[in-house]
Amino acid sequence: MSQMPRSGADELRARYPDIFDRPASSRLAVPAMLCLAFGIFAFGLVDLDFSPARLATGLGQLGWITLMMLPPDPGASLPLYLKALGETLSIAILGTTLATLLALPVSLLAARNIVRSNIVRFPVRRFLDSIRGIDMLIWALVWINVVGLGPFAGVLAIAVSDFGALGKLFSEAIEAADQKQVEGVRASGGNALHEIRFGLLPEVLPVVAGQVLYFIESNTRSATIIGIVGAGGIGLQLAEQIRVLEWQKVSFLILMILIAVAAIDWISGKMRFAIIGRRAVA
Amino acid sequence: MTVAVSILPTQQLAALNDAYRKAIARKRLRVALATLLFVAALIVAAIGAEVNLRTLFTYFGNFVSYFDRILKLDDGSRVWTNFGEWFWGWRKWLRFLGETLLISYVGTLIGSVFAFALNFFAAENTSPAPWLRFVVRRLLEFARTVPGIVFALIFVIAFGLGPMAGVLAIAIHSTGALGKLFAEIVENADMKPVEGVRSTGASWLSCMRFAVLPQVVAGYASYALLRFEINVREASVMGFVGAGGIGQELVVAIRKFYYSDVSAILVMIVLTVFCIDIATGWLRGRLFGREART
Repeated sequence: MSQMPRSGADELRARYPDIFDRPASSRLAVPAMLCLAFGIFAFGLVDLDFSPARLATGLGQLGWITLMMLPPDPGASLPLYLKALGETLSIAILGTTLATLLALPVSLLAARNIVRSNIVRFPVRRFLDSIRGIDMLIWALVWINVVGLGPFAGVLAIAVSDFGALGKLFSEAIEAADQKQVEGVRASGGNALHEIRFGLLPEVLPVVAGQVLYFIESNTRSATIIGIVGAGGIGLQLAEQIRVLEWQKVSFLILMILIAVAAIDWISGKMRFAIIGRRAVA
Repeated sequence: MTVAVSILPTQQLAALNDAYRKAIARKRLRVALATLLFVAALIVAAIGAEVNLRTLFTYFGNFVSYFDRILKLDDGSRVWTNFGEWFWGWRKWLRFLGETLLISYVGTLIGSVFAFALNFFAAENTSPAPWLRFVVRRLLEFARTVPGIVFALIFVIAFGLGPMAGVLAIAIHSTGALGKLFAEIVENADMKPVEGVRSTGASWLSCMRFAVLPQVVAGYASYALLRFEINVREASVMGFVGAGGIGQELVVAIRKFYYSDVSAILVMIVLTVFCIDIATGWLRGRLFGREART
């Protein structure tokens, strides 16, 4: 290819000044941000006591632990673990159901197209936000204080913390719903409750069902976690076995959790497709 | 009204009505069966989880009064009447909150670097070999499915108590989650630039650098910021298992019934999470405009 004539290049320069002569501020922005990001990172490493020696010994320990984990072996406590796994699944299902029942009516209050007044909607939304701002593990600790150790505290923890999340998601689904059906019901003389029942609900229900199934799925994971602080299920067993360094049992429990989560994923995926159709899942 | 409504002959109408009724009946039956199944599952679950409604009702008062108690100072007055007394340990708590933020920041950064290194191998359109894709995908899946706090429990034993275990646990979990999301962005990228670069005789690495990366880097940053937001929440509970951050203080306060401390720390955590949410949302909007938020 022949060189572009000199004058042509000059003309291009003159015509697109922002490409050829970017101001220093925009050219330096990205490197400056990278430097800042790296600076905070380095400060973090120092502040959090990272040292190559600690990392090396830790990795050595970790390798040793991994070797100790093989092969996974439940010992004599397989029935106990199966029962604990059942407990975990129960916690997930019950907690999510409870959260759904609580969240449905409240989400109506938080949806713009149902409750027009800001005075009601704003506090309801902030209330849901604050519930979501507190982690599920913290709720579990609080409920353990109230109803004692055991799976029941786990159910309530999941119910409360998902109530916040589902309430927000449901209200968004309601706001996204088409208003024409509601208008149709109103035009034929329905009152406000009729509008919700026959106009809104059929539209919102598939979305809600999909979200609930997804939450059951993700709560199977969460239910294993909240066991660690004492709220029952397989997490309790896992935490105990880690504390007494029974690594073969630990790896067996982790395997059980992985398989259970994969199974629930698969089942709820099928059910979601059945309820809302393949395209809506995306 | 004098508009004539045309009515079908009775026979035809009867057939249609019949079909309609049958269809409705079948649908009702299916819904009823599904409900029955669901209720049965619930009952089984309730027995499995030792749900006891009597306990709930007896103790529900406790739950409500728990919030009453955490909002009271030791001398019985409401917390908001004396902020100095309520937030007596704010210096200490702020330091722990800062540690929490650092844990999530460092963890997110390490996680995104690893996810970045792995995602091109996991994406269907850029992976050099199918077996490599399979291995990387299973690896990411493992890192994603095992909860972060389980990693933290194990790392606390391997690396000792302290924030390092928390950082590494968050880093591994983020690698799994971000690796998958990053790979999905790459799979959605336009492959024409790659063909263009390859036609000039470029290596696989150059293809990734000059054809794929410019398309995906905004999406990467957006997801990494989102992950940071999630990790702040996660880091706030890492202390429960001894992996550093504000969680340590919180769990001590809850277990030892230091009621007003519980509410003070909770308020600080919730406020921090709010601020981080708003800040990252603003940053995402600033950096990538509206199109990256799809």
